[in-house]
Amino acid sequence: MLDAIVSGLRLVATLDLRLWEIVGLSLAVSLSAVTLATLLGLPLGAAIAVGRFAGRQAVIVVLNALMGLPPVVVGLFVYLLLSRAGPLGELGLLFTPQAMVIAQTVLVLPIIAALARQSVEDAWREYEEQLRSLGVEGVRGALTVLWDIRFSLLTAVLAGLGRASAEVGAVMIVGGNIDGVTRVMTTTIALETSKGDLPLALGLGMVLIAIVLALNTAAHLVKDTAQRRFG
Amino acid sequence: MSAILPLRLEEVSFAAGGRAIIERVSLVLEAGPSTIILGANGAGKSVLMRLMHGLLAPTAGRVAWSGEGARRRQAMVFQRPVMLRRSAIANVTYALEVAGVPAAERERLATDALSEVGLRNVARRPARVLSGGEQQRLALARAWALHPEVLFLDEPTASLDPGATREVDTIIKAFDAAGTKIVMSTHSLGQARRLGDEVIFLHQGRVAERAPMEKFFPQPASPEAAAFVKGELPWG
Repeated sequence: MLDAIVSGLRLVATLDLRLWEIVGLSLAVSLSAVTLATLLGLPLGAAIAVGRFAGRQAVIVVLNALMGLPPVVVGLFVYLLLSRAGPLGELGLLFTPQAMVIAQTVLVLPIIAALARQSVEDAWREYEEQLRSLGVEGVRGALTVLWDIRFSLLTAVLAGLGRASAEVGAVMIVGGNIDGVTRVMTTTIALETSKGDLPLALGLGMVLIAIVLALNTAAHLVKDTAQRRFG
Repeated sequence: MSAILPLRLEEVSFAAGGRAIIERVSLVLEAGPSTIILGANGAGKSVLMRLMHGLLAPTAGRVAWSGEGARRRQAMVFQRPVMLRRSAIANVTYALEVAGVPAAERERLATDALSEVGLRNVARRPARVLSGGEQQRLALARAWALHPEVLFLDEPTASLDPGATREVDTIIKAFDAAGTKIVMSTHSLGQARRLGDEVIFLHQGRVAERAPMEKFFPQPASPEAAAFVKGELPWG
């Protein structure tokens, strides 16, 4: 056990090429997915928060429920969409990093949208009268509030990133875990552990934890500074 | 530009949760005299002003302005100002942008407004880190920049100390001097006397009395207002 940890550390420390390729792909896939989900999820969440339409409560319940989507189910759903016989089969995206980005975007979008909806709604309660008094309505109101609470929304984005970088099921199904093409940190850890290659699995596990920790620390610092700067 | 005043309320009622808050209020507000709305907690002062300003829709009756584009030519200052997380001056230019003022003029108008309320030296500071009194003056600057024909103030000094209250009073007088019609609710009888020309006294959602300031204060005509002025509980 100790040997495996030491070997794992050595892989990390010696910048083992195989390991860093996997880390790089993981980051590229998850960051792309979170970026897409943020661009779609923040306006969506804000629109639901500020909008008044029939069935709004039902939409909120469904959105909150979707936060708990099992990654394997998302993987299966995107697999069916992208498979040769599926509606998007023509694109030939199955078992590519793009397919993994799509799957993770679908997985993370409800998390970011639902958390943004809650934050914007709380803020809107405070701002609504003042903004309406100034003549601000609709889309402009939603965008004003989104921009004003942008630092709090980092938490929603981070929650999405945490989910994306930690999940195995979706990327495994639509990516196929092909060595050198679609192999990411989590799928590699799962595979190498079952093969008994613990050093690589442990090394990747340590990198994964370090990245998540670093991102959260950075976000916390940004938020903290912003709070002191802007009140 | 035709005037948006007088403002007419015709049999206006407002109910929420099955409870009547404003009941069949009819009144006309003319340009000129500063109007103070007095009444005990829960008498309906805030709701009445929100109905006038258009933030609430009456459940019965009609609120009618005289001229076109009334929405843009009135402003409201709340008990607790809501500032955006940006600089003081950016809060003012934001309001100007929403009002459709061309970009080239916003900075100058905002600076003038900040000077008017004595906040020019903190123009670049984040609005939310200003003191409560400064934030309320910033809210007044935001209104000032818009040159409203009518300014509603809902207990604007209720959470301020005496010094900040005096500063706000001075600014309200400047609005009046510049020709803006003042409609203000307050709990402070002293403030009502200092700033008002006439009183509308609300009691349980109805107008119990309306009188010029010099008549109201020595001797209110209605028993409810008399009790209020004497500091007695109206149900005591």
